[in-house]
Amino acid sequence: MVNAPLLEVRNLSVDFPQNNSTVHAVRDISYVINRGEFLGIVGESGSGKSVSSMAVMGLLPSSAQVSGDILFRGESLLDMDDRKLSRLRGNEIAMIFQDPLSALTPVYTVGNQIAEGLLLHDKALSKQAAATRAVELLRIVGIPAPERRVKAFPHEFSGGMRQRVMIAIAIANNPNLIIADEPTTALDVTIQAQILEVLQKAKEITGAAVVLITHDLGVVAGNADRIAVMYAGKLVETGSVDDVFNRPHMPYTLGLLRSVPNLITAGKTRLVPLEGRPPSLDALPPGCPFEQRCPIAIDACRETEPPLLSIGSSHEAACLRAPEIAAGQLQAADVFPRPEPIPAADQAKVEGRTVLEVTDVKRYFTLTRGAVFKREIGKVKAVDGISFDIHEGEVLGLVGESGCGKSTTILEILELTSPQDGSIKIDGVDVSTLTKDQRLAKRKDIQVVFQDPMAALDPRLTIEDIVAEPLTVHNVSKADQRRRVGELLDTVGLEASMGSRYPHEFSGGQRQRIGIARALATEPKLLILDEPVSALDVSIQAGVINLLEDLKERLGLSYLFVAHDLAVVRQIADKVAVMYLGRIVESGRVADVFARPHHPYTQALMSAVPIPDPDAERSRKRILLDGDLPSPTDEISGCRFHSRCPLFKVLDPSLQQRCLTEDPQLRVIDTSSAACHHAELNTLQVT
Amino acid sequence: MAVIEPLDLDTTASLVDPGKAPKRSSRGRLIWIRLRSTPRFWIGVTVVALMIIWAIIGLWFTHWSPTDQDLINSRTGPSGSHWFGTDDIGQDIYAETVVGLRKSLAIGLIAGPLSTLLSAFVGSFAGYVGGKADSVISWFINLLLVVPAFFLLVLISPLLKDKAWVALIFFIAAFTWMVMAQVIRAQTKSLRDRDFVKAARFMGVGTFTILRRHIVPNVASLLIIDATLGVVYAIIAETSLSYFGFGIQPPQVSLGTLLADGTSAATTRPWVFLFPAGVLILLLFAVSLIGDALRDAVDPTSGATRG
Ligand SMILES: Nc1ncnc2c1ncn2[C@@H]1O[C@H](COP(=O)(O)OP(=O)(O)OP(=O)(O)O)[C@@H](O)[C@H]1O
Ligand code: SF4
Ligand code: SF4
Ligand SMILES: [Mg+2]
Repeated sequence: MVNAPLLEVRNLSVDFPQNNSTVHAVRDISYVINRGEFLGIVGESGSGKSVSSMAVMGLLPSSAQVSGDILFRGESLLDMDDRKLSRLRGNEIAMIFQDPLSALTPVYTVGNQIAEGLLLHDKALSKQAAATRAVELLRIVGIPAPERRVKAFPHEFSGGMRQRVMIAIAIANNPNLIIADEPTTALDVTIQAQILEVLQKAKEITGAAVVLITHDLGVVAGNADRIAVMYAGKLVETGSVDDVFNRPHMPYTLGLLRSVPNLITAGKTRLVPLEGRPPSLDALPPGCPFEQRCPIAIDACRETEPPLLSIGSSHEAACLRAPEIAAGQLQAADVFPRPEPIPAADQAKVEGRTVLEVTDVKRYFTLTRGAVFKREIGKVKAVDGISFDIHEGEVLGLVGESGCGKSTTILEILELTSPQDGSIKIDGVDVSTLTKDQRLAKRKDIQVVFQDPMAALDPRLTIEDIVAEPLTVHNVSKADQRRRVGELLDTVGLEASMGSRYPHEFSGGQRQRIGIARALATEPKLLILDEPVSALDVSIQAGVINLLEDLKERLGLSYLFVAHDLAVVRQIADKVAVMYLGRIVESGRVADVFARPHHPYTQALMSAVPIPDPDAERSRKRILLDGDLPSPTDEISGCRFHSRCPLFKVLDPSLQQRCLTEDPQLRVIDTSSAACHHAELNTLQVT
Repeated sequence: MAVIEPLDLDTTASLVDPGKAPKRSSRGRLIWIRLRSTPRFWIGVTVVALMIIWAIIGLWFTHWSPTDQDLINSRTGPSGSHWFGTDDIGQDIYAETVVGLRKSLAIGLIAGPLSTLLSAFVGSFAGYVGGKADSVISWFINLLLVVPAFFLLVLISPLLKDKAWVALIFFIAAFTWMVMAQVIRAQTKSLRDRDFVKAARFMGVGTFTILRRHIVPNVASLLIIDATLGVVYAIIAETSLSYFGFGIQPPQVSLGTLLADGTSAATTRPWVFLFPAGVLILLLFAVSLIGDALRDAVDPTSGATRG
């Protein structure tokens, strides 16, 4: 059938029978993908994104009950026998997973694994030809020195490089459809930008259609032609990216778009939280699944589930009130109004004392080998001389990619002992001079909130015991502890009556609030927040960010906010410090740094952040970085960024010499500081 | 016991859908629910409970005490007067078995948990503190593992005399905690890096409070299993030592000494051997059933109950 669309999913439902209930993971979804099209599927965790595409690949566990139909070029995949299906899977449909390490076999070289796929599907191919093609494919996906790297094993590659290998395998047989499930979620932004670029290139070369599953609206805005929004196992809105981003018609999409911080607009307006969580998939209410979180729900919404209805050319939404939204009677701003900032009267007065002062702190780790006779085989300069300060009521955002030393920095501060080198002052007191008792007392002033809210709460303790734990150290009576816990839970927007429950009974966002409540128990002056929202679903993030903003205003707190998400930092921070390989390469006030970044790394980082706005994405110029972060054990002479620096590449060789030999120090440029010899010559543009 | 899988502390979280978590139970309850539906567990508990009761009140039903010598009826089989028969010197086997069971139970129920307590304490401390202290403790554990405990006991047993059974409790505990301590140490090492432990440390919570509040409860299920199975080990250790004459010393009786006395007559007068042996086997079997059921309930990969 020549005219049939490439892939047609008709009334697909997937159920997982459980002991005494059934999880309806995907419910009656239908969509079509045409040749060469790029479809982005978004939705929060558990919305059925992965299950629906696993169904297409025929990769569901045998316990799954699938109904409906999946047609690939008019042929039903569900009726197809195993042999034909697996041939199709290698030749015509390719899949890329979030975790490439588990998808690659550790005992074969990457070259062999690519060649294997080629040979399996083309019996006529010679071994020699397959090997040559493997090298060629690695070159296409941007692996440097592919002739050498084909012989490497998967574990010798970084996460980004493994994902490139996965793409190479996926495009090896010129597929017609590539399904990528969160291919960049585990990667840093600059690497994510590279991988998305490679994916686009792979699409161009093979002419394949791509289905990209992601939770990041920015990634969809910048790459996809069409978007499908999933909620509680249903498709709730589909259409072209322009239609859906600019004129969303389903309140969930509306709320989602208003809740994500956007690198361009962040910090100017408050975020709109989308409270609550999706219904449980084994006990769905009869009506609209979004009804409990929907601010404009009406009685009818509780009775029947709204079907996906057309609103315009190829734009569909599943909402009873979509016509009113289409007619402009309901505006996004009315449905999800922006919360008001804390009134000035309620804001704490701050005097601007220095709460934390970090001067030239270093932390080196020596790597040793051998169990009995340890010999030193290298040195990791995790933190290599960094300085910053935080004043009362101020938020410093510390950003950088994984492995740049952010976590080591905060652990160094939290130890409250004298660092290997340099000094740390809290409230003007040098921590190296503290006695044991003074140190214990100081711990009141500085508290921490961790990234993963599940890991940060002891599963065996009740919420009350968890939140009260810091108080037990400081001789607070049981009655006072109980009273304080009630107050704290109230402060972070939870009910005091929840105190007797256990952490696993709470959602991710609620758990993070519990973590924040615990950190506030001793009335600290400084909170250290280690990626406090990055483990949360986007719709939940806004609520936690707003809470942190409010707490800061009301209690006059200071934050050291560690994050890799620049948009979040721009939203909440007053000052920002960008780290690269153990150093701060640029710092200044948020407004200055984001408006005019001076260091090429800052520029690359900013340009790699996807923006959830298709128009902005299209007009952007990207500065892509080459390669990965150098290994932390490497001795680098000169500027530690020179191996990837886009400015270095366009410099005159005489100027390059300085980058190669002299380590640049932070110096004031305009209103911020940057550590680059040639910042003045920097004409790279970012938006 | 080292084969027990490292515990997945978040099992419940991964089992439940976030949307319905509030209705589900905590991990402890989950274990209890699985345990409750295991017949093995109830059989074991019932038998052990009955045996404990019997050990306590068993002598009420007979007018013989274990030291009485009914010389007229020596070497006779079970009868209305001597339910389990008598031995060479006319002592009542029923009374001796009850008293022997008491001793074996006491040793098992004290030495097993004591050994677990020791492994919990040493293992979690070494794992949590790390560094020099950990190296020294590990070295000591390994040393104990290669010391010939039996030989040591042979050397000291003549010195103990009638206090031997108390000494035996500590002796057995002292030589059975090491393997579990290593398991706990390894678990603690992975727990130490968990954020909730780090958080507690940065709040200034003391080391021992962290061990008690965060580490030990999170390995509690392992410890409970170990304590149960430890009871079995301790009873076996006691009986075999006593059997060879190095444990409980006459005139004290335990199931082990009874068995030793009865072996020579096992073929001619089987009751002297069979009754104590039967009681011992029943006891070991029942405790193992409990331990087994516990292990299945805790180890999520073993049960069919996993959703
Ligand atoms: N093998 C399985 N058995 C039972 N339930 C399952 C199984 N696989 C998935 N589910 C359930 O199906 C629902 C949808 O899962 P799915 O993996 O598609 O979500 P997702 O949208 O991909 O989420 P994420 O963003 O976390 O990847 C979830 O409630 C999940 O728990
Ligand atoms: S159908 Fe009703 S509850 Fe559902 S999104 Fe529309 S207005 Fe809200
Ligand atoms: S000093 Fe040279 S290599 Fe380093 S950032 Fe500046 S231009 Fe690039
Ligand atoms: Mg998924």
